[in-house]
Amino acid sequence: MAFSDAVRAGFRKDLEGLKEAGIFKVERFIHSAQAADIEVEFPAGSPPRKAINMCANNYLGLSSHPEVVKAAHAGLDSRGYGMSSVRFICGTQDIHKELEGRMTAFLGTEDTILFPSCMDANAGVFEALLNESDVMISDRLVHASIIDGIRLCKAEHDTFKHANMEHLESKLELHKDKRLKVVITDGVFSMDGDTAPLGELVALCERRGAMVFVDDSHSTGFIGKTGRGTHEKYGVVGKIDIITTTFGKALGGASGGCVSGRREIVEMCRQRARPYLFSNTIAPVVVAGVLRVLDILAGSTERRDKLEKNAAYWRKGLTEAGFVLKEGDTPIVPVMLFNAKLSQDFSRDLFEHGIYAIGFFFPVVPKGAARIRTQISAGHETRHLDKALEAFIKVGKKHGILGKTKEEIVARYGA
Amino acid sequence: MATTDEIRDIVLKYVKDEYLEDEDQEVGYETPLISGGIVDSFSMVSLKRFVENKYKVQIPEDKATPEAFDTVTRIAALVQAFLEKKA
Ligand SMILES: Cc1ncc(COP(=O)(O)O)c(C=O)c1O
Repeated sequence: MAFSDAVRAGFRKDLEGLKEAGIFKVERFIHSAQAADIEVEFPAGSPPRKAINMCANNYLGLSSHPEVVKAAHAGLDSRGYGMSSVRFICGTQDIHKELEGRMTAFLGTEDTILFPSCMDANAGVFEALLNESDVMISDRLVHASIIDGIRLCKAEHDTFKHANMEHLESKLELHKDKRLKVVITDGVFSMDGDTAPLGELVALCERRGAMVFVDDSHSTGFIGKTGRGTHEKYGVVGKIDIITTTFGKALGGASGGCVSGRREIVEMCRQRARPYLFSNTIAPVVVAGVLRVLDILAGSTERRDKLEKNAAYWRKGLTEAGFVLKEGDTPIVPVMLFNAKLSQDFSRDLFEHGIYAIGFFFPVVPKGAARIRTQISAGHETRHLDKALEAFIKVGKKHGILGKTKEEIVARYGA
Repeated sequence: MATTDEIRDIVLKYVKDEYLEDEDQEVGYETPLISGGIVDSFSMVSLKRFVENKYKVQIPEDKATPEAFDTVTRIAALVQAFLEKKA
């Protein structure tokens, strides 16, 4: 037997190590559809409890929207359940092409290619475009899937300090002799909720002859006046060479992603990107749902407007209550607790009050920067936010952190 | 040939310029860089490239481990070892 007792013992030891380090992840089972109000079984085996969800990427509240569900049903009836093929053999339907066209129009790009997920888009895109003569220069806080994509690519890579354009410029100077240069950033950074300074970044890259890559997973659908994304917010629509984004967050939240940008880049992905070539694309039922999501967004900006209002209301409430927040103007609102254990205790106590929000700590965020990351949704009503705020205040009082500065919290709990 | 002390100072300066986000963060010769969360293992590549270019040495991937790069002192020792090999 290949999986010998010794091999098993080895893995068990590794798992114990994760537990001892306090970084062992456990799932919480949700017994309802994804929404502001959910029913959660936690810990496993306990009866499900009602909770307000404050940590979903369901920014536009469309994950269980009746019209999206209805469209998905219709798609299931008309295009079936599965494709049983990758795209280039017999796995492309008319609706896949339609969704690619709709995303191109929505993002203001030249062309779009669907991927099974945005993780796959990020994992496949660099390798499809670049070789040893090129360089990829990424912001230090980009998403893990981009790091994987960079690792799979033979081009050289380098990093620049988070959102620091001076440092980026010094890197562009250092690598000025490379054939192709690609500057890589998230549009909205998922852990901090801040945005990349795309106006300056695009100008710098134009000056220095570098292409721009933006992962807009936490922006598409709601950042910018009509929700096109971070490029709309900074007035650089049409100037981003490569955008990747997901259908797994604001745009219905099911699954799937895409690369959208310059026509030739998209075509290179169709010829070369391995996750596109060797994995089934988005299921027809999901494609039908996303198409309906895009109809909803085309009809009105009501949902992203409500999200913006909700996020501002939530930020103001937390600030007035005396919490330390990460500055920003996105629906990602990190409540800083600095200490890893405190973030876990805080999350547990919130759940006791019917609020579901997760604590994050090293290595997901830097050491001494543990936090509860709250994420606001257009599916939240004022009553949800008020109830959540009440719970945050109760738990904040219990731990004695209201009105305290970073230094005071660190002095009491450690970093 | 550069002395280990000289290498240490040059590497320390590079680490400060390249990785520190705020001025008053303190880093010394023995501060754990990677295990201490100051340099993430993914961004370590620019540090490796810097010492390789500066001292004209090639550090193979299997020697450029996060452990070998965890403090300025260790990096300096590693560079010194390769310089001696070259000499
Ligand atoms: C910035 C960013 N990019 C990509 C992804 C991956 O998206 P998907 O779920 O479509 O693979 C995520 C999801 O966590 C993300 O936050």
